[in-house]
Amino acid sequence: MPGTDADVIDTLVGIAPGSPLSAIRARRPEARAHAQATYRALFAPEKPGNVTAQERFAVGGFVAGLHGAPEIAAHYTARLSESGASIALKEAIDAAIAEARTSGPYGRYAPGPLSREDAEGPSYRVGAAIRPTLGPRLAAAFEHVHMLVFHPRDAAPAALQALLDAGWSTTDVVTLSQIVAFLSFQIRVVIGLRTLAGRP
Amino acid sequence: MSDTVLKPPAHTIPTAFTRAQLDWLPWLEPLAVEAMTERHLASLVDAARVKSPYFRLLARDPDALEARTRTDKDIFYNPDAGLPRAERELAAAATSRFNGCLYCASVHARHAATYSKREADVERLLDAGVTVDLGERWNAIVAASVALTATPSVFGPEHVDRLRRAGLDDLAIADVIHAAAFFNWANRLMLSLGEPAATAGS
Repeated sequence: MPGTDADVIDTLVGIAPGSPLSAIRARRPEARAHAQATYRALFAPEKPGNVTAQERFAVGGFVAGLHGAPEIAAHYTARLSESGASIALKEAIDAAIAEARTSGPYGRYAPGPLSREDAEGPSYRVGAAIRPTLGPRLAAAFEHVHMLVFHPRDAAPAALQALLDAGWSTTDVVTLSQIVAFLSFQIRVVIGLRTLAGRP
Repeated sequence: MSDTVLKPPAHTIPTAFTRAQLDWLPWLEPLAVEAMTERHLASLVDAARVKSPYFRLLARDPDALEARTRTDKDIFYNPDAGLPRAERELAAAATSRFNGCLYCASVHARHAATYSKREADVERLLDAGVTVDLGERWNAIVAASVALTATPSVFGPEHVDRLRRAGLDDLAIADVIHAAAFFNWANRLMLSLGEPAATAGS
Protein backbone atom coordinates (compact mmCIF):
# COMPACT_ATOMS: atom_id res chain seq x y z
CA MET A 1 0.00 0.00 0.00
CA PRO A 2 1.49 3.38 -0.90
CA GLY A 3 2.69 5.49 1.97
CA THR A 4 3.13 2.65 4.45
CA ASP A 5 6.50 1.18 3.51
CA ALA A 6 8.72 4.26 3.50
CA ASP A 7 9.64 5.25 7.07
CA VAL A 8 7.09 7.93 7.87
CA ILE A 9 9.15 9.74 10.52
CA ASP A 10 12.16 9.89 8.18
CA THR A 11 9.91 11.20 5.41
CA LEU A 12 8.21 13.83 7.58
CA VAL A 13 11.49 15.05 9.10
CA GLY A 14 13.30 14.89 5.76
CA ILE A 15 16.00 12.47 6.91
CA ALA A 16 18.15 11.35 3.98
CA PRO A 17 20.09 8.08 4.01
CA GLY A 18 23.64 8.74 5.17
CA SER A 19 22.74 11.97 6.98
CA PRO A 20 23.80 12.59 10.61
CA LEU A 21 20.22 12.17 11.82
CA SER A 22 19.87 8.88 9.96
CA ALA A 23 22.99 7.68 11.80
CA ILE A 24 21.46 8.78 15.12
CA ARG A 25 18.21 6.96 14.40
CA ALA A 26 20.23 3.86 13.45
CA ARG A 27 21.59 3.76 17.02
CA ARG A 28 18.05 3.00 18.22
CA PRO A 29 17.09 0.53 15.48
CA GLU A 30 14.23 -1.15 17.33
CA ALA A 31 12.59 2.17 18.15
CA ARG A 32 12.90 3.23 14.53
CA ALA A 33 11.51 -0.04 13.16
CA HIS A 34 8.69 -0.32 15.67
CA ALA A 35 7.56 3.29 15.41
CA GLN A 36 7.04 2.39 11.76
CA ALA A 37 5.44 -0.94 12.70
CA THR A 38 3.01 0.96 14.93
CA TYR A 39 2.17 3.24 12.04
CA ARG A 40 1.45 0.18 9.87
CA ALA A 41 -0.60 -1.48 12.63
CA LEU A 42 -2.78 1.60 13.03
CA PHE A 43 -2.98 2.93 9.46
CA ALA A 44 -2.60 -0.18 7.28
CA PRO A 45 -3.67 -2.96 9.63
CA GLU A 46 -3.75 -6.57 8.48
CA LYS A 47 -6.98 -6.98 10.45
CA PRO A 48 -8.78 -3.62 10.44
CA GLY A 49 -11.69 -4.85 12.56
CA ASN A 50 -14.53 -2.34 12.76
CA VAL A 51 -12.42 0.80 12.42
CA THR A 52 -12.39 1.86 8.78
CA ALA A 53 -9.43 3.31 6.90
CA GLN A 54 -11.37 6.55 6.49
CA GLU A 55 -11.92 6.80 10.24
CA ARG A 56 -8.23 6.16 10.92
CA PHE A 57 -6.99 8.79 8.46
CA ALA A 58 -9.68 11.31 9.42
CA VAL A 59 -8.59 11.04 13.05
CA GLY A 60 -4.95 11.26 11.96
CA GLY A 61 -5.54 14.49 10.06
CA PHE A 62 -7.54 15.94 12.95
CA VAL A 63 -4.88 15.07 15.56
CA ALA A 64 -2.06 16.54 13.49
CA GLY A 65 -4.12 19.64 12.76
CA LEU A 66 -4.80 20.14 16.47
CA HIS A 67 -1.04 19.95 17.05
CA GLY A 68 -0.53 22.85 14.64
CA ALA A 69 1.47 20.58 12.33
CA PRO A 70 -0.11 21.19 8.89
CA GLU A 71 2.51 19.26 6.91
CA ILE A 72 1.93 16.18 9.07
CA ALA A 73 -1.83 16.67 8.79
CA ALA A 74 -1.37 16.80 5.01
CA HIS A 75 0.20 13.33 5.09
CA TYR A 76 -2.91 11.91 6.76
CA THR A 77 -5.44 13.84 4.72
CA ALA A 78 -3.67 12.73 1.53
CA ARG A 79 -4.10 9.14 2.66
CA LEU A 80 -7.71 9.96 3.51
CA SER A 81 -8.28 11.14 -0.05
CA GLU A 82 -6.67 7.95 -1.39
CA SER A 83 -9.13 5.95 0.68
CA GLY A 84 -11.97 7.47 -1.32
CA ALA A 85 -13.19 10.05 1.19
CA SER A 86 -15.35 12.88 -0.08
CA ILE A 87 -14.12 16.45 -0.42
CA ALA A 88 -16.90 17.31 2.06
CA LEU A 89 -15.31 15.08 4.71
CA LYS A 90 -11.90 16.65 4.22
CA GLU A 91 -13.46 20.12 4.50
CA ALA A 92 -15.32 19.06 7.64
CA ILE A 93 -12.02 17.96 9.21
CA ASP A 94 -10.45 21.33 8.38
CA ALA A 95 -13.47 23.07 9.91
CA ALA A 96 -13.25 20.87 13.01
CA ILE A 97 -9.56 21.74 13.42
CA ALA A 98 -10.38 25.44 13.12
CA GLU A 99 -13.14 25.29 15.74
CA ALA A 100 -11.33 22.91 18.13
CA ARG A 101 -7.79 24.29 18.28
CA THR A 102 -6.51 25.50 21.64
CA SER A 103 -3.40 24.84 23.70
CA GLY A 104 -2.70 22.32 26.40
CA PRO A 105 -2.20 20.46 28.62
CA TYR A 106 -4.94 21.67 30.95
CA GLY A 107 -7.52 19.96 33.11
CA ARG A 108 -8.47 19.11 36.66
CA TYR A 109 -7.07 16.78 39.28
CA ALA A 110 -9.00 14.74 41.82
CA PRO A 111 -9.91 17.17 44.64
CA GLY A 112 -6.98 17.62 47.00
CA PRO A 113 -3.56 19.27 47.13
CA LEU A 114 -3.22 19.23 43.34
CA SER A 115 -6.43 21.23 42.88
CA ARG A 116 -4.30 24.39 43.02
CA GLU A 117 -2.87 23.27 39.68
CA ASP A 118 -6.28 22.87 38.04
CA ALA A 119 -6.34 24.73 34.74
CA GLU A 120 -9.61 25.42 32.97
CA GLY A 121 -10.02 24.97 29.25
CA PRO A 122 -12.66 24.10 26.71
CA SER A 123 -14.33 20.74 26.15
CA TYR A 124 -14.97 20.37 22.44
CA ARG A 125 -18.38 19.71 20.95
CA VAL A 126 -18.52 19.23 17.19
CA GLY A 127 -20.35 22.12 15.56
CA ALA A 128 -23.80 21.61 14.06
CA ALA A 129 -22.58 22.60 10.59
CA ILE A 130 -20.15 19.70 10.28
CA ARG A 131 -21.77 17.06 12.49
CA PRO A 132 -23.89 15.55 9.67
CA THR A 133 -20.83 15.21 7.41
CA LEU A 134 -18.77 13.51 10.12
CA GLY A 135 -21.61 11.23 11.17
CA PRO A 136 -22.22 10.05 14.75
CA ARG A 137 -19.19 7.75 15.04
CA LEU A 138 -16.61 10.23 13.84
CA ALA A 139 -18.24 13.15 15.67
CA ALA A 140 -18.03 11.24 18.96
CA ALA A 141 -14.46 10.28 18.15
CA PHE A 142 -13.41 13.89 17.45
CA GLU A 143 -14.86 15.07 20.77
CA HIS A 144 -12.86 12.35 22.55
CA VAL A 145 -9.74 13.04 20.51
CA HIS A 146 -9.79 16.71 21.52
CA MET A 147 -9.75 15.69 25.19
CA LEU A 148 -6.90 13.24 24.61
CA VAL A 149 -4.85 15.82 22.73
CA PHE A 150 -5.36 18.87 24.96
CA HIS A 151 -6.64 17.82 28.39
CA PRO A 152 -6.09 14.13 28.95
CA ARG A 153 -6.21 14.45 32.74
CA ASP A 154 -9.93 15.25 32.37
CA ALA A 155 -10.51 11.71 31.12
CA ALA A 156 -13.41 9.90 32.77
CA PRO A 157 -15.51 6.78 32.18
CA ALA A 158 -18.34 8.95 30.80
CA ALA A 159 -16.11 9.94 27.86
CA LEU A 160 -15.61 6.27 26.99
CA GLN A 161 -19.31 5.57 27.42
CA ALA A 162 -20.05 8.32 24.87
CA LEU A 163 -17.88 6.45 22.36
CA LEU A 164 -19.55 3.13 23.14
CA ASP A 165 -22.96 4.78 22.74
CA ALA A 166 -21.89 6.10 19.32
CA GLY A 167 -21.11 2.59 18.10
CA TRP A 168 -17.44 2.14 19.02
CA SER A 169 -16.80 -1.25 20.62
CA THR A 170 -14.35 -1.70 23.49
CA THR A 171 -11.74 -2.98 21.03
CA ASP A 172 -12.46 -0.07 18.66
CA VAL A 173 -11.86 2.37 21.53
CA VAL A 174 -8.48 0.75 22.23
CA THR A 175 -7.53 1.23 18.58
CA LEU A 176 -8.79 4.82 18.50
CA SER A 177 -6.88 5.60 21.71
CA GLN A 178 -3.70 4.07 20.28
CA ILE A 179 -4.06 6.15 17.11
CA VAL A 180 -4.28 9.42 19.06
CA ALA A 181 -1.60 8.44 21.59
CA PHE A 182 0.81 7.16 18.93
CA LEU A 183 0.39 10.33 16.87
CA SER A 184 1.09 12.39 19.99
CA PHE A 185 4.46 10.58 19.97
CA GLN A 186 5.10 10.63 16.23
CA ILE A 187 4.37 14.33 15.86
CA ARG A 188 6.74 15.21 18.73
CA VAL A 189 9.53 13.03 17.37
CA VAL A 190 9.16 14.76 14.00
CA ILE A 191 9.16 18.24 15.55
CA GLY A 192 12.07 17.40 17.85
CA LEU A 193 14.28 15.79 15.23
CA ARG A 194 13.51 18.50 12.69
CA THR A 195 14.56 21.11 15.25
CA LEU A 196 17.75 19.16 16.00
CA ALA A 197 18.53 18.86 12.29
CA GLY A 198 18.07 22.60 11.89
CA ARG A 199 20.79 23.26 14.48
CA PRO A 200 23.88 21.49 13.06
CA MET B 1 -25.55 -5.58 22.56
CA SER B 2 -23.15 -2.66 22.93
CA ASP B 3 -20.28 -2.67 25.40
CA THR B 4 -20.36 -0.66 28.62
CA VAL B 5 -17.70 0.91 30.82
CA LEU B 6 -16.54 -0.76 34.00
CA LYS B 7 -17.18 0.66 37.43
CA PRO B 8 -13.94 0.22 39.40
CA PRO B 9 -14.22 -1.25 42.91
CA ALA B 10 -14.04 1.10 45.89
CA HIS B 11 -10.51 2.44 46.16
CA THR B 12 -8.43 5.32 47.49
CA ILE B 13 -7.83 7.96 44.82
CA PRO B 14 -4.28 9.34 45.03
CA THR B 15 -4.36 13.14 45.32
CA ALA B 16 -0.64 13.92 45.07
CA PHE B 17 2.25 12.80 42.89
CA THR B 18 4.13 10.01 44.60
CA ARG B 19 6.95 7.52 44.09
CA ALA B 20 4.89 4.91 45.91
CA GLN B 21 3.56 1.87 44.05
CA LEU B 22 0.08 2.57 42.64
CA ASP B 23 -2.51 0.25 41.16
CA TRP B 24 -4.31 0.97 37.90
CA LEU B 25 -7.99 0.12 37.48
CA PRO B 26 -9.43 -0.20 33.96
CA TRP B 27 -12.57 1.56 32.76
CA LEU B 28 -12.94 -0.90 29.86
CA GLU B 29 -12.95 -4.68 29.99
CA PRO B 30 -9.49 -6.22 29.50
CA LEU B 31 -9.31 -9.52 27.66
CA ALA B 32 -9.86 -12.47 29.97
CA VAL B 33 -6.67 -14.52 30.25
CA GLU B 34 -8.45 -17.67 29.09
CA ALA B 35 -9.83 -15.86 26.03
CA MET B 36 -6.42 -14.72 24.82
CA THR B 37 -5.05 -16.26 21.62
CA GLU B 38 -1.38 -16.96 20.90
CA ARG B 39 -1.28 -13.64 19.06
CA HIS B 40 -2.69 -11.75 22.07
CA LEU B 41 -0.18 -13.40 24.39
CA ALA B 42 2.75 -12.72 22.08
CA SER B 43 1.74 -9.04 21.86
CA LEU B 44 2.50 -8.67 25.57
CA VAL B 45 6.21 -9.24 24.76
CA ASP B 46 6.88 -9.93 28.47
CA ALA B 47 4.82 -12.96 29.50
CA ALA B 48 4.45 -11.63 33.07
CA ARG B 49 2.35 -8.75 31.73
CA VAL B 50 -0.57 -11.16 31.41
CA LYS B 51 -1.24 -10.22 35.06
CA SER B 52 -1.70 -6.54 34.12
CA PRO B 53 -5.23 -5.37 33.24
CA TYR B 54 -3.66 -2.44 31.36
CA PHE B 55 -1.72 -4.69 28.99
CA ARG B 56 -4.62 -7.16 28.63
CA LEU B 57 -6.82 -4.23 27.61
CA LEU B 58 -4.29 -2.95 25.06
CA ALA B 59 -3.88 -6.53 23.76
CA ARG B 60 -7.27 -6.06 22.08
CA ASP B 61 -5.19 -4.43 19.31
CA PRO B 62 -2.20 -6.77 19.50
CA ASP B 63 -0.17 -5.43 16.58
CA ALA B 64 -0.33 -1.89 17.98
CA LEU B 65 0.54 -3.09 21.49
CA GLU B 66 3.53 -5.17 20.43
CA ALA B 67 5.00 -2.38 18.29
CA ARG B 68 4.37 0.13 21.12
CA THR B 69 6.19 -2.05 23.61
CA ARG B 70 9.21 -2.68 21.38
CA THR B 71 9.47 1.06 20.67
CA ASP B 72 9.31 1.78 24.41
CA LYS B 73 12.01 -0.74 25.33
CA ASP B 74 14.55 0.55 22.83
CA ILE B 75 14.00 4.19 23.81
CA PHE B 76 14.51 3.49 27.50
CA TYR B 77 16.70 0.38 27.73
CA ASN B 78 19.07 0.54 24.76
CA PRO B 79 22.45 0.79 26.52
CA ASP B 80 24.38 2.10 23.51
CA ALA B 81 25.64 5.56 24.61
CA GLY B 82 23.37 8.60 24.39
CA LEU B 83 21.46 9.78 27.45
CA PRO B 84 22.06 7.83 30.69
CA ARG B 85 19.10 5.70 31.75
CA ALA B 86 18.45 7.92 34.79
CA GLU B 87 17.92 10.94 32.57
CA ARG B 88 15.70 9.10 30.07
CA GLU B 89 13.56 8.30 33.12
CA LEU B 90 13.75 11.94 34.23
CA ALA B 91 12.33 13.03 30.87
CA ALA B 92 9.55 10.46 31.26
CA ALA B 93 8.76 11.60 34.80
CA ALA B 94 8.79 15.30 33.85
CA THR B 95 6.50 14.68 30.88
CA SER B 96 4.10 12.70 33.09
CA ARG B 97 4.21 15.40 35.80
CA PHE B 98 3.33 18.08 33.23
CA ASN B 99 0.54 16.09 31.58
CA GLY B 100 -0.81 15.12 34.98
CA CYS B 101 -0.44 11.33 34.83
CA LEU B 102 0.03 10.26 38.45
CA TYR B 103 0.45 6.60 37.57
CA CYS B 104 3.16 7.09 34.91
CA ALA B 105 4.91 9.69 37.06
CA SER B 106 5.06 7.28 40.00
CA VAL B 107 6.72 4.51 37.98
CA HIS B 108 9.26 6.69 36.21
CA ALA B 109 10.04 8.86 39.22
CA ARG B 110 10.95 5.62 41.01
CA HIS B 111 13.21 4.62 38.11
CA ALA B 112 14.77 8.11 37.89
CA ALA B 113 15.52 8.05 41.62
CA THR B 114 16.90 4.51 41.50
CA TYR B 115 19.26 5.12 38.59
CA SER B 116 20.36 8.64 39.59
CA LYS B 117 20.46 8.19 43.38
CA ARG B 118 18.98 11.71 43.52
CA GLU B 119 15.83 10.79 45.45
CA ALA B 120 15.41 14.29 46.98
CA ASP B 121 15.55 16.01 43.58
CA VAL B 122 13.05 13.58 42.07
CA GLU B 123 10.77 14.13 45.04
CA ARG B 124 10.95 17.90 44.52
CA LEU B 125 10.01 17.47 40.86
CA LEU B 126 6.93 15.53 41.94
CA ASP B 127 6.00 17.94 44.74
CA ALA B 128 6.73 21.33 43.16
CA GLY B 129 6.33 20.51 39.49
CA VAL B 130 8.34 21.04 36.34
CA THR B 131 9.65 24.55 37.15
CA VAL B 132 11.61 23.43 40.23
CA ASP B 133 15.40 24.03 40.18
CA LEU B 134 17.22 20.69 39.87
CA GLY B 135 20.58 21.99 38.67
CA GLU B 136 21.25 23.11 35.11
CA ARG B 137 21.65 19.74 33.39
CA TRP B 138 18.40 18.34 34.80
CA ASN B 139 16.67 21.71 34.33
CA ALA B 140 17.60 21.63 30.64
CA ILE B 141 16.23 18.08 30.23
CA VAL B 142 13.00 18.91 32.09
CA ALA B 143 12.49 22.16 30.15
CA ALA B 144 13.03 20.43 26.81
CA SER B 145 10.62 17.63 27.75
CA VAL B 146 7.96 20.10 28.86
CA ALA B 147 8.33 22.28 25.76
CA LEU B 148 7.91 19.26 23.52
CA THR B 149 4.92 18.08 25.56
CA ALA B 150 2.96 21.32 25.23
CA THR B 151 0.27 21.12 22.55
CA PRO B 152 1.13 22.65 20.15
CA SER B 153 4.79 21.95 20.93
CA VAL B 154 6.98 24.94 21.80
CA PHE B 155 10.24 22.99 21.48
CA GLY B 156 12.75 25.11 19.58
CA PRO B 157 16.42 25.67 18.77
CA GLU B 158 16.93 27.29 22.18
CA HIS B 159 16.18 23.93 23.83
CA VAL B 160 18.71 22.14 21.63
CA ASP B 161 21.32 24.81 22.43
CA ARG B 162 20.68 24.57 26.16
CA LEU B 163 20.96 20.77 26.12
CA ARG B 164 24.25 21.04 24.24
CA ARG B 165 25.60 23.59 26.74
CA ALA B 166 24.62 21.11 29.49
CA GLY B 167 26.89 18.53 27.85
CA LEU B 168 24.47 16.42 25.78
CA ASP B 169 25.59 15.22 22.36
CA ASP B 170 23.09 14.84 19.52
CA LEU B 171 22.35 11.18 20.31
CA ALA B 172 21.56 12.14 23.90
CA ILE B 173 19.34 15.01 22.69
CA ALA B 174 17.53 12.57 20.38
CA ASP B 175 17.03 10.35 23.45
CA VAL B 176 15.44 13.27 25.36
CA ILE B 177 13.14 13.88 22.39
CA HIS B 178 12.13 10.22 22.15
CA ALA B 179 11.66 9.74 25.91
CA ALA B 180 9.44 12.81 26.22
CA ALA B 181 7.56 11.98 23.01
CA PHE B 182 7.00 8.41 24.14
CA PHE B 183 5.42 9.54 27.38
CA ASN B 184 2.99 11.66 25.43
CA TRP B 185 1.90 8.32 24.02
CA ALA B 186 1.90 6.42 27.33
CA ASN B 187 0.29 9.17 29.43
CA ARG B 188 -2.70 9.39 27.10
CA LEU B 189 -3.41 5.67 27.31
CA MET B 190 -2.96 5.47 31.08
CA LEU B 191 -5.01 8.60 31.77
CA SER B 192 -7.91 7.78 29.49
CA LEU B 193 -8.50 4.03 29.80
CA GLY B 194 -8.54 3.74 33.59
CA GLU B 195 -7.46 5.37 36.81
CA PRO B 196 -4.78 5.09 39.49
CA ALA B 197 -5.51 3.73 42.94
CA ALA B 198 -3.44 3.90 46.09
CA THR B 199 -2.23 0.54 47.33
CA ALA B 200 -2.20 -0.51 50.97
CA GLY B 201 0.72 1.28 52.58
CA SER B 202 1.14 3.94 49.88
